[in-house]
Amino acid sequence: MDAHVAQLQMQYRNYILSLYQQGFLDDQFTELKSLQDDGTPDFVAEVLSLFFDDCVKLVGNMARALDQTGTVDFSQVGANVHQLKGSSSSVGAKRVKGLCINFKELCEAKNYEGCVRCLQQVDIEYKTLKAKLQDMFNLEKQIVQAGGIVPQVDIN
Amino acid sequence: MATTSTGDIEKTKSVEVKKKLNVLIVDDDPVIRKLHEIIIKSIGGISQTAKNGEEAVNIHRDGNASFDLILMDKEMPERDGLSATKKLREMKVTSMIIGVTTLADNEEERKAFMEAGLNHCLAKPLSKAKILPLINNLMDA
Repeated sequence: MDAHVAQLQMQYRNYILSLYQQGFLDDQFTELKSLQDDGTPDFVAEVLSLFFDDCVKLVGNMARALDQTGTVDFSQVGANVHQLKGSSSSVGAKRVKGLCINFKELCEAKNYEGCVRCLQQVDIEYKTLKAKLQDMFNLEKQIVQAGGIVPQVDIN
Repeated sequence: MATTSTGDIEKTKSVEVKKKLNVLIVDDDPVIRKLHEIIIKSIGGISQTAKNGEEAVNIHRDGNASFDLILMDKEMPERDGLSATKKLREMKVTSMIIGVTTLADNEEERKAFMEAGLNHCLAKPLSKAKILPLINNLMDA
C-alpha cells in the first residue's frame, strides 16, 4: 500500500508541476491552496466551482453581446471581460487571464472579428482548465482513499 | 456574586469579540468575495459581504454598522467603489477603507480613488502577505 501511495503522490506532484509549467496556473493558485486548512477543507474546490460558474455566465453574456444584429456594445463586452479577468486572476487561472488581457484590448479597439475569435479561445481555455483541475481533484481523492496524504507541491 | 461573575464574563467576552477584526467585503464578483472571506478568516477575522457599492452604503444607513475594515472593489454596477467610498465618508463612516484595484488602472484612476476617502489601495489579487501589514497597523492603532 505504501508503494502505491508513493506512486500516486509522485504522479500528483508531476501533474501539478506540469500545470504550472504549461502555464495553466500561476502563483495565485499556490496562494489559494495555502489558504485551505482543516477548518476549510473544501475551500479550493468551492472557489473553483464559483469561478467556473462565473465563466459560464460571463462567456454567455459576452456571446449575447457580440451576437447583436446592428451595433455591438463593446463596452458591455468589455465589462464582462473585466470581470472574468478579475476572477481568473484571483484563482491563478493564468491562460484565461492572459486571454482576457488581449480580449479587453480588442474590445477597446472595437475589433469584432478579434473579439469573436478571442471569446472562442476563452471558452476552450476555461473548459480545458476545468478538466485538468478535475483530474487533479481525482488524484487527490485516490491518494486519500489509498490511505495517503495529499502532498504540498513546491513549484519553485 | 453571580451578577459580578456574569458581569466579568460578559466584559471578557466583549473584549475578545472586539479584538476580532470585523470586515465588510464589497465586490460584485462572487469568486473574489469568497477569496477575501477566506483570507480574512485565515487571519482570525469575521466578514460580511456586499455585492456592490450601493449595498455597502445601505448596510451603513441605519448607523449601527461597525466595521474595522472595508475592502472596496473599484468597478461595480449600481454604485462603484469611488462613489461608495465618498458616500461612506460623507456619512461619517470611520472604518479603514482599502480600495482594491486592478493593475490596468492607471495612476490617475488610483489617485482619484484614494482621494474619495481611502486609507490604502491594493492591487488584485489580494493575498495574506499584501493585507496583513495593513491590518496589523490597524489592530495596533
